[in-house]
Amino acid sequence: MPKFPDPRVTIAATLSLVLLTGGCAYLSGGGGSAGADPDSPECEPYKQWQDIGGTVSIYASIRDVEAERLERAWQKFVDCTGIKIQYEGSGEFEAQVQVKVDGGNAPDIAFFPQPGLLERFAKSGDLVAAPESVQKLAEEGWSEDWLDYATFDGELYGTPLGANFKSFVWYSPTFFSENGYEVPQTWDELIELSDTIADDGVKPWCVGFESGDATGWPGTDWIENVVLRENGPDVYDQWVNHDIPFNDSKIADAFDRADTILRNPDYVNGGFGNVQSIAITSFQEGGLPILDGQCAMYLMGSFYSAQWPEGTEVAEDGDVYAFNLPPINPDQGTPVMGGGEFVGAFSDRPEVVAVREYLATAEFANSRAAEGAWFSAHKGLDLDLLEVPTDRLGAEILRDPETVFRFDGSDLMPAEVGAGTFWRGMVNWINGEDTDATLDYIENSWSS
Amino acid sequence: MSTSPQSPPAEEEGGGGVRKPSSPRAARDDYATHVPPLRAKENPAHSRESAAARVRKRLTSTTASAIAIIIAVLWTLPTASLFLSSFRPELEIKTTGWWTMFSDPQLTLNNYREVLFSPGQGQLASYFVNSFVITVPSTVFVVVLAALAAYALAWVNFPGRDWVFLGVFALQIVPLQMALVPLLRFFSQGVTIGGYQILPAWDLPGAFAFTNVWVAHTIFGLPLGIFLLHNFISQLPTTLFEAARVDGAGHGVLFRKVVLPLTVPALVSLAIFQFLWVWNDLLVALIFAGGDVSTAPLTVRLAELAGTRGNEWQRLTAGAFVSMVIPLLVFFTLQRYFVRGLLAGSVKG
Repeated sequence: MPKFPDPRVTIAATLSLVLLTGGCAYLSGGGGSAGADPDSPECEPYKQWQDIGGTVSIYASIRDVEAERLERAWQKFVDCTGIKIQYEGSGEFEAQVQVKVDGGNAPDIAFFPQPGLLERFAKSGDLVAAPESVQKLAEEGWSEDWLDYATFDGELYGTPLGANFKSFVWYSPTFFSENGYEVPQTWDELIELSDTIADDGVKPWCVGFESGDATGWPGTDWIENVVLRENGPDVYDQWVNHDIPFNDSKIADAFDRADTILRNPDYVNGGFGNVQSIAITSFQEGGLPILDGQCAMYLMGSFYSAQWPEGTEVAEDGDVYAFNLPPINPDQGTPVMGGGEFVGAFSDRPEVVAVREYLATAEFANSRAAEGAWFSAHKGLDLDLLEVPTDRLGAEILRDPETVFRFDGSDLMPAEVGAGTFWRGMVNWINGEDTDATLDYIENSWSS
Repeated sequence: MSTSPQSPPAEEEGGGGVRKPSSPRAARDDYATHVPPLRAKENPAHSRESAAARVRKRLTSTTASAIAIIIAVLWTLPTASLFLSSFRPELEIKTTGWWTMFSDPQLTLNNYREVLFSPGQGQLASYFVNSFVITVPSTVFVVVLAALAAYALAWVNFPGRDWVFLGVFALQIVPLQMALVPLLRFFSQGVTIGGYQILPAWDLPGAFAFTNVWVAHTIFGLPLGIFLLHNFISQLPTTLFEAARVDGAGHGVLFRKVVLPLTVPALVSLAIFQFLWVWNDLLVALIFAGGDVSTAPLTVRLAELAGTRGNEWQRLTAGAFVSMVIPLLVFFTLQRYFVRGLLAGSVKG
């Protein structure tokens, strides 16, 4: 039987451990940038925030490469003002932020991807309303459509940050021109085009609903786009606010219209199989068959530009590009749907206010846009900085004063519906469940 | 000291196959108890020996071996395919199945390079160190405290001893998720009763930021640890303690010279348990360590590796294997204690 370690061994182990932890602390604390000269001309835009100092913690769901870009974007602000920003990104943001707030460990600032979550914390009194300076910047920067989503009881709680555009249909310009297809301008043309492509022996659409725990959300985007285009923003608002029931005939009509594409075996699912394959095709891979001509069109948000393999040319005459889903009802025009994050604050220290102000400026938007793969609906955003043509297209549409914008409906509905039964309902529906049964199932889960 | 006639029965009964894990975290390692009870043949004949021998004979037949091999292959296949995938180029991983690499072999170490050395947040190295700094003390604390507590609960007579043990036993039923928010509040706000600050908030700088995670893991690991070791230590023969006391040993000497040397298998198996549990933990680390590069362990980084929209998920293949290396090493070097200690400590007749 082996002997228990000699006490000297234990001491040595403990000692080395202490040295190890000490070393780590030294390594992690010792770094940091030297900071820029506060009087230099490049620090000019940050003059008003100098002499504040301090540290601001930010918590968000943005992580990995995108988090690095975000940190690079505000690096100059950090260097010039001496305000440190401690960023933490987590895939568990939605659940964790609640735990952190309940545990008295709330971050100073959080980026909320759902206005519904922002509202919950605003109503509970945890969030700090935007001070006047932030409010002024927000009104200069964004349209009312956007700010309405962060305004509760007449108080503005958050400012928009990034944006994405969810009414895009991705396609291959090369494939289209080789076969003489034209980008459709109306819904009827879209169906006509789909028929033509199907007759040519290619499945016109590819669709993928799979997304781990969130499987089904690409389906909700389809329905939301159709409801918005068919019935207009007012009915859309009534729907997401539950002023009309989920099984209303207007919503049923929207499902039936989506049905003509999503559950049409002649149309789907290019490159993957039959209608049932939609539920098990991941949204990340869903559009890739476009590249080898196995399908022609894929409805997915602007962020899909990051999914194309390296070397794919995203351009109006390149390998892939996107068009705005054509209008359905001429009376309602082309209202667009999208998403984005809102900056909310749990603290009102001067340095936190300074960071909130900075994040609401066009300088930040441009600085972040220059890092790539990002855009916002900020009116002051310099479109020339946007590298990806589809981002430019999306940003252009979003900040057009004529554009009617609506936020992704499933992010506005209560979580048990918008992030629960609506997703599951879409999966059941694509697997063959009756439209009425699906609508009743979702309606019954909506408590108020 | 005549320990040998006494300890085998405890182990033999363990071989009888009480498979139910005593806590959810044991379930992961449940397969360890599937090892056939080698002890059975060391024992002299019992009336049930013949039944056991029949079962044993049947289990060693060719068909049984074939079935076992099939199960083992099925069991290993997902992990093996993940391993093979980790050497394939990104586009191949995303568009074709791993089996295509046999017909069209394209190998690359790109995934590992990206995961281990890509600049920015990508480096796993510092998270690796964090994982160690979190795991080693959390394991040491639990093993030391649990051994002391188990000894006291088993061999020190004090009023209410059984109630304390019952309480510890009952604590295993409480899911740790229930304690997350109160414990976080305890760390970040301290304790205030009726407006009076009883304990201040823990505002720990530098390396001591790890203290929160250590304390949390120790708290969550102790009930099972005490329970396991108590069952083991209380089975030690009374005569041993009486003899030592006659020789003038107090509790300190008893613990150091009698209990510790005899419980090494149990201590090691508990240490492995705790090590694997802490190393693989994501939930506790997310809440108490935060996602910062200065304190977050490997699991937190692994969860972020795929990117905001999961578009870099090919990295997970390599990342998973990097994080798997240490637990595998620990398990294989200490596994002979593991099975022995697990059977001896966790199952009580």
